[in-house]
Amino acid sequence: MAQQELDHLSGQTTTGHEWDGLKELNTPLPKWWLYVFYACIIWAIGYMVVYPSWPLVSDYAHGIVGPQERLHAVADYENGKAARLANAAGLADAPLDKIKSTPAFLEFAMANGKAAFGDNCAPCHGSGATGGPGFPNLQDDDWMWGGKLDDIYQTIRFGIRSGNDKMRDMTMPNFGKDGILTKEQIASVASYVMSLSDTTVKAAADGKQLFADNCASCHGEDAHGNQEMGAPNLADKIWLYGAGVDKVAAQISEPKHGVMPAWEGRLDPITIKSLAVYIHSLGGGK
Amino acid sequence: MARAVETKSFTLEEMGYSVFLALLAVVCVILAGKAWDWQLAVHATVGAIFAAAGIFLIIKGYQSRLANPAQEIDGKPNYNMGPVKFAAIAAMFWGVAGFLVGVYIASELAFPFLNFDLPFLNFGRLRPLHTSAVIFAFGGNALLATSFYVVQRTSQARMPGIVTPWFVMLGYNAFIVIAGTGYLMGVTQSKEYAEPEWYADLWLTVVWVVYLLAFLGTLWKRKESHIYVANWFYLSFIVTVAMLHLGNNVSVPVSIYSVKSVQAFSGVQDAMVQWWYGHNAVGFFLTAAFLGIMYYFVPKRAERPVYSYRLSIVHFWALIFIYIWAGPHHLHYTALPEWAGTLGMTFSVILWMPSWGGMINGLMTLSGAWDKLRTDPVLRMLVVSVAFYGMSTFEGPLMSIKAVNGLSHYTDWTVGHVHSGALGWVGFVSFGALYCLFPWLWNKKGVYSLKLVSWHFWTATIGIVFYICAMWVSGIMQGLMWRAYDKLGFLEYSFIETVAAMHPYYAIRALGGGLFLVGSLIMVYNLYMTVVHGEDAEGVAAGSPALAPAE
Repeated sequence: MAQQELDHLSGQTTTGHEWDGLKELNTPLPKWWLYVFYACIIWAIGYMVVYPSWPLVSDYAHGIVGPQERLHAVADYENGKAARLANAAGLADAPLDKIKSTPAFLEFAMANGKAAFGDNCAPCHGSGATGGPGFPNLQDDDWMWGGKLDDIYQTIRFGIRSGNDKMRDMTMPNFGKDGILTKEQIASVASYVMSLSDTTVKAAADGKQLFADNCASCHGEDAHGNQEMGAPNLADKIWLYGAGVDKVAAQISEPKHGVMPAWEGRLDPITIKSLAVYIHSLGGGK
Repeated sequence: MARAVETKSFTLEEMGYSVFLALLAVVCVILAGKAWDWQLAVHATVGAIFAAAGIFLIIKGYQSRLANPAQEIDGKPNYNMGPVKFAAIAAMFWGVAGFLVGVYIASELAFPFLNFDLPFLNFGRLRPLHTSAVIFAFGGNALLATSFYVVQRTSQARMPGIVTPWFVMLGYNAFIVIAGTGYLMGVTQSKEYAEPEWYADLWLTVVWVVYLLAFLGTLWKRKESHIYVANWFYLSFIVTVAMLHLGNNVSVPVSIYSVKSVQAFSGVQDAMVQWWYGHNAVGFFLTAAFLGIMYYFVPKRAERPVYSYRLSIVHFWALIFIYIWAGPHHLHYTALPEWAGTLGMTFSVILWMPSWGGMINGLMTLSGAWDKLRTDPVLRMLVVSVAFYGMSTFEGPLMSIKAVNGLSHYTDWTVGHVHSGALGWVGFVSFGALYCLFPWLWNKKGVYSLKLVSWHFWTATIGIVFYICAMWVSGIMQGLMWRAYDKLGFLEYSFIETVAAMHPYYAIRALGGGLFLVGSLIMVYNLYMTVVHGEDAEGVAAGSPALAPAE
């Protein structure tokens, strides 16, 4: 094998080995590299002495300060909660009207409601609360189950078709699927319903009579709905499952029924109240 | 060795592989016939076809050769470069495929309609396709190609076996096909970077053991008593990946007729095993092995000796000893016990200098040859890869510190960190190696166009800068938004608001990835032209490494 030779560019000798023309220099370890390496090791040992580190047979080395992380996390959580609630003294027992009229309560409820809305309600109702197909817009002033503070509060607490004992519940019959009306009759009544809010739609001759016989008992003679039983207003231009004779006919034939969960038990009472106040404030509150 | 191998025979090795593949084909046919789920039926059918094709290739190989291959010709090693050529081309192919999928899923994040509500285009299925394609298919083939090239050249010996090297190459790529098509069909064990199910894992185990034996067999025949540093790194990669693969894939199939398996570990133990695997996959697959590439191709291209033998030996042992401890830093502030997190974090910080040892050796090897950077874009690519390596291996220990991790974890910062390593280090060092390998393997004077290498370099570099800057900004913003409180102590932002805020950065990221992809297409064209239209090297006199005499 080749002997050690001097590399003139670096002034170092080679190790004397050669592989496929490749050689290596005898350069010593860079000092700064070695010292930083040592410093990292010393720092690590120090850290291991102070904090929990090495596993032992049935326990682990607790270190000088002992386990911290979980204690800190729990303490932070509890402190944060206590600090927030300090601003809300008395809010838990206050009626919704009083929360609305007391500036300190209102400020708290709006902040709490906004945060809770973003993480719990926005997935369905949208981050701007404007809803989407099948999910009501909370920004307009059209309410299916009432837009007063107490109505909204009740809807949030117990939900809609949620399975809760006190849920809001209403089921519209399957007029087409169950053979209550024929396909032609459904088309007629759908055209009548659409014509109430859309002047370009011409109602079929028998539409009005069919509506009076089959729909008015819930939706009202004037089709303005009934919030007591969750029957939507059909005379405005707001459509949960889409506008148009076809879409309305589909909803008459075999109605879709949305579900909203009951939030009581999932969110704390103060947060639910805050949500009611926050949603009431959005632009549609009655 | 005398030239006593001019006879032609169907070797015991060929017989062994034929019998093994025949048995495998039978097993696959049975599995296909009795499979519980259609995915296994598809994969078993593919397996049977691959096994039959393997037998066909063995017999065809036997028929088409005049004599068993000689170990040496005229006193020079008769290197076996066919499999290396195959893996080099495969690396190029899978690289482009993997980058393309990456750009697509990056675009999906910015513009979700690109899901098109099709299950196989869903981000959840394409994401492992991307990671496996770039890490295991592109990176893996680059490592197979370079490791077999380097170990033969530095040992001055031909790889052992006739079928064995091909079995490793084709078997590994068969694994890639099974894994990738599995993801699209929804077959996954849901472990990050270890998604393939039990049967693919078993197959990879067989291939990997043969890879280890082929590598060791070549080293065994070496002429120089010392083993070259690049080979230490390759060997540590092969051995450790075998260990990681077996450790993290301990599972029991629901039935041998089902794709599904159940993990042996559960809960936090499973998480710890997963990240012991995941982190060391980064450490030994994406770091140690690619340092092997660096240690051969940088000094070769710069035509300079390696800067420091001592540094190479100290940083090698430090790196492989310390890396294996660092996994728990992926699980800070989780159910993982605090002590385990402390160990992961402290060892990650200790790892900083051992990682940088490779960077120093790579960069300082250029001392005396820095002027070459002006004229050789391939060397520039290799050097910039080492710079990205240094940056990522500083950022890694930094992010492992609990206080920093509290901000960075689960954010895009992690994604940016990974990609500065993956695109900058792994990508560039592989591209540099491919630009060297293609002319050497096909006996060409050089790359078809250095100007196009320059174009590749700048397109890809700008792409990386777009990518990682976008992810830094978006990641840190995301972390800060998550922890922002209003004056009453409520969270300032809902999760969906943080997602909406990241949209522009996602678009920039997709753009950066797109530039990187364009760069790789330039490379494919350039390498294709090198092989097809490149000027032939003038024999030994041209100093082409592929023809250089053994010394």
